Amino acid sequence: MITLPHFLTLGAILFCLSMVGIFLNRKNVIILLMSIELMLLAVNMNFVAFSRFLEDGSGQIFVFFILTVAAAEAAIGLAILVVLFRNRSTINVSDLTSLKG
Amino acid sequence: MSFELFLFYFFAAITVGAAACVISVRNPVHAAMFLVLTFFSTACIWMLLEAEFLAITLVLVYVGAVMVLFLFVVMMLDVNVEPLREGFVKYLPWGAAVGVLMFIEMAFLITQRYFQSENFPAPAASGPEYSNTEALGVLLYDQFLFQFEVAAVILLVAIVAAIALTMRRRPETKYQKPHQQIDVSKSDRLRVVQMPSEKR
Repeated sequence: MITLPHFLTLGAILFCLSMVGIFLNRKNVIILLMSIELMLLAVNMNFVAFSRFLEDGSGQIFVFFILTVAAAEAAIGLAILVVLFRNRSTINVSDLTSLKG
Repeated sequence: MSFELFLFYFFAAITVGAAACVISVRNPVHAAMFLVLTFFSTACIWMLLEAEFLAITLVLVYVGAVMVLFLFVVMMLDVNVEPLREGFVKYLPWGAAVGVLMFIEMAFLITQRYFQSENFPAPAASGPEYSNTEALGVLLYDQFLFQFEVAAVILLVAIVAAIALTMRRRPETKYQKPHQQIDVSKSDRLRVVQMPSEKR
C-alpha cells in the first residue's frame, strides 16, 4: 500500500533536485525558471498527498491557485527574458551588471 | 508489492530521472522536453492520489500552455549555450552537497513517527459515483469564491504585464492614426471647382 511518506519523499527529492539545478545553472535564466517550476511542482505534490490522506479537498484548491500563480509567473518571467534578450543580446546572468551600485 | 505500489515506483522513477535530466542536459530545448516528461509522470502520480481534475489540469495548463511558451521562447532566442554552462563542474560538488544535506534533513522529518501510516491511514478508494471535479467545484464556487476571483485578477494582470513588456513601437514602421482619420472633414480632402464647359 502506498503511504504518505512515499509521496513526501518524492516531493523532497524533487525539491532538492531543483535546488541543485539552481546551484548548477546559475548562468542560464531559462534553466533557472524551469527549476522554479520544478520546485512549485514538488510543493504541489505535498499538497495533493496531504489532501488525499487527510480527506480534505482544500489542499487541492490550494494547488489550483499555485498553478495559476505559477502560470502567471512563467508568462511574466519569459516576457522579461524576451525584453532582456532584445536589449542586451544575452541572457547570461553574469553579463547583467548594469544595476550594480 | 501491490500493483499500485509498482505503478507509484515506476512513475516516481521517471519523474526523478527526468527532473535530473532537466537540470543537467546541455540543450535548453531538451531540458524543456524533459520538464514535460516530469510534469506528465507527476500527473500520473496524482491520478494514483485520486486527484483526477488536478492531474488533467497539470497536463493541459503546464504541458499544453506553459511548456509551449517555454519552448517558443527558447527557440526564438538565439542563445549560445557554451558560456552559460561555465561553472557547471565547479559548482557541482557544492550543489550536490547542499542538495544531499537538505534531503537528509527532510528525510529525518518525514521518517519521524508523526507521518507514519498509523497516523495517516490510507483512505478507502472512492467509488465510481464519486466525482473529484464535482467535489472541487463545490469547494471552489462555495467556500473559495473570493480567492477564485483573485486568481482571475492575477491572470489578467499577468496578461497585461506580458503584453506591456513585450510590445514595442518601431520608429520605421508606418502606423495608421485612427483619431486623425476620424477627424477629417470633407473640406480637407475634397475641392469643388467651377469651370465653364469647353467647346469641342
